[in-house]
Amino acid sequence: MLEIKNLQVKLEEEDKQILKGVDLTVEAGKVHAIMGPNGSGKSTLSYVLSGRDGYEVTGGTATLDGDDLLDMEPEERAAAGLFLAFQYPVEIPGVGNMTFLRTALNAQRKARGEDEVSAGDFLKLVRAKAKELQIDADMLKRPVNVGFSGGEKKRNEILQMALLEPRMCILDETDSGLDVDAMKLVAEGVNALRSEGRGFLVITHYQRLLDHIKPDVVHIMADGRIIKSGGPELALEVEENGYADILGEVA
Amino acid sequence: MAASAAQVQARVDLTEARIAALSAPSGEAGWAVEARREATARLRAAGLPTRRDEYWKYTDPATLTQAEATRASLFEASGEVPLYSGIDRLKIVFVDGVFDAAQSDDLTGEGLEVDRLSEALKKDIHWARDLYGVLETRGQDPVLRPLAALNTAFATDGVVIRATGKVSKPVSFVYLHQDESSDAILHHLVRVEPGAEVTVLENGPAAARFNKCMEIDVADGGAFHHVRAQGRDHERRAVTHMFARVGEGATYKSFSLTANGVLTRNEHVIEIAGDDAVAHVAGAAMGDGASGAFHHDDTVFITHDAQRCESRQVFKKVLRNGAEGVFQGKILVKPGAQKTDGYQISQALLLDEDSSFQAKPELEIYADDVQCSHGSTTGALDETALYYLRSRGVPRAEATDLLVLAFLAEAIEEIEDERLRGDIHTRLEQWLERRRQA
Ligand SMILES: Nc1ncnc2c1ncn2[C@@H]1O[C@H](COP(=O)(O)OP(=O)(O)O)[C@@H](O)[C@H]1O
Ligand SMILES: [Mg+2]
Repeated sequence: MLEIKNLQVKLEEEDKQILKGVDLTVEAGKVHAIMGPNGSGKSTLSYVLSGRDGYEVTGGTATLDGDDLLDMEPEERAAAGLFLAFQYPVEIPGVGNMTFLRTALNAQRKARGEDEVSAGDFLKLVRAKAKELQIDADMLKRPVNVGFSGGEKKRNEILQMALLEPRMCILDETDSGLDVDAMKLVAEGVNALRSEGRGFLVITHYQRLLDHIKPDVVHIMADGRIIKSGGPELALEVEENGYADILGEVA
Repeated sequence: MAASAAQVQARVDLTEARIAALSAPSGEAGWAVEARREATARLRAAGLPTRRDEYWKYTDPATLTQAEATRASLFEASGEVPLYSGIDRLKIVFVDGVFDAAQSDDLTGEGLEVDRLSEALKKDIHWARDLYGVLETRGQDPVLRPLAALNTAFATDGVVIRATGKVSKPVSFVYLHQDESSDAILHHLVRVEPGAEVTVLENGPAAARFNKCMEIDVADGGAFHHVRAQGRDHERRAVTHMFARVGEGATYKSFSLTANGVLTRNEHVIEIAGDDAVAHVAGAAMGDGASGAFHHDDTVFITHDAQRCESRQVFKKVLRNGAEGVFQGKILVKPGAQKTDGYQISQALLLDEDSSFQAKPELEIYADDVQCSHGSTTGALDETALYYLRSRGVPRAEATDLLVLAFLAEAIEEIEDERLRGDIHTRLEQWLERRRQA
């Protein structure tokens, strides 16, 4: 589904290479996790895949079901089924959360040649999904992420994911800043979306999220590369020994 | 800098050429003839403005002062629902600045006396006599406003309104533009009696060139609400003045939406004369220089001359493709106007580097126990927010418009009436959508 080959990325403004040849394939129906020390390039990978400005791809490819992602506008990637749950969700004063959600859903449907969802149907849909994530009416009314707590922002990301039903979901440190209950809620939201046709790339710093979202494959990223891949046991190894051993092993 | 003799003469020539092209209607009452004569004298004494004048530093008045109006082609708003059409209102239609009885409702309303200006100036209506040109004259100090004096001297039409109670329906001026070279001068009077309340709506381009003056006297405990949408004809030009006097415990609230227009200068001159009064003026302007030039100037002068009064100025402009925005806003707090609460914000969102915004906020305070703040910002679109929206599948143009609407929201929120606010919001959305599809 998501195929990344030898992806090399530098900052546009600076001569700083961040990704130094990332290879990664996420198959449909699978959950892949990426772990790694701070600054190893995990967020950069997620931004480059979703089309954020400021990065320059200096080599390699990234495709979604064979289509060149790097050649698409961010909105085209979204319509093609890619979704990034942001590490730092963005506040947008003046834009109501509901307006935002409906605009996004209808824009994607339009891009795929589907009919727009009526206001009534949309309301029902949002209410049902919001309830599962314990997002109250007030949060839906407020401007996007403005005045939301850290946990509310992350739940709002998962709400968007649940509404948009993307085929390829990237979650960037969705667990950071969450207490145990909130993390469970988020994990349930993610698990509810797990299906045969959908792939997940879960970026996390800690093993604990992976207790709730069981990965099929775990990758360790360091200094802009995937340095080791394995089963769920790799995450446990990190939990126990930290990254030092693995980094040492590879070096 | 002293003007040279040649400059002085040029101003006289400019003024005389303009006056020569105009004539005041005949058959008016003695007091009206006198008011016209005095206004003409004020105009001659001041002379028409030029770019050299400090007050016109950011806006070139040449096309507003020249003898003939520059042609403005008509705008086809195909398939669009007219503004305020869902609102029960007293509709008063002007076509190229001429009252159109056939398209207007009967000039009657509950708690309301309405008359055509041309009729009122023939009669001896006390309140009209006490208002016509009176607030305009007061508004000439400390800054000259010759185009308003010109209006009082030569206005050919308009409406006088006296609200005696809570007027149930808004009075709605609809300004149609059908003649490409029309040059309209309208003057309205609004007298709000103590405790009375009226809403005045305006919409439409009015003419190729439009000079409009409204004098509003809000007596103690009265309320005046004003919502205006200036027509979207790309080539139209307008200079408007709102002169208001706000009495004790009275309210004056005005909102203007401007999309398009080669040149717009909207002046508000508000004198807060009674204690505990409130004056709010707000504006949202959206200009795109690609569809012709766009220049929009909001000039506001609020004088606090009473205690515990509140004034608010909220102006937002979204500019692209070389569009120009200007804001000149002043709060003058006179000696003794204690506990004044004055707030002023003017902000521009520049969608590209070709567009520009000039702001001149001024505070002049002669009382010690006051709270006044002002701020002005010029900024670009929030790129991170734009990326976030796009990452959710919203195309760039649509995402930009969402952010544009969000930016303008603070000004639109100033409209108190929910239906009117909704109408203005919808109008903006439609305008943006049509622009996207063009
Ligand atoms: N826009 C940027 N400007 C400057 N440095 C950046 C930028 N984006 C990423 N970096 C740098 O790239 C490296 C990787 O960052 P990031 O992808 O955020 O890592 P991670 O998510 O794994 O913590 C870090 O050294 C970070 O400082
Ligand atoms: Mg990160």
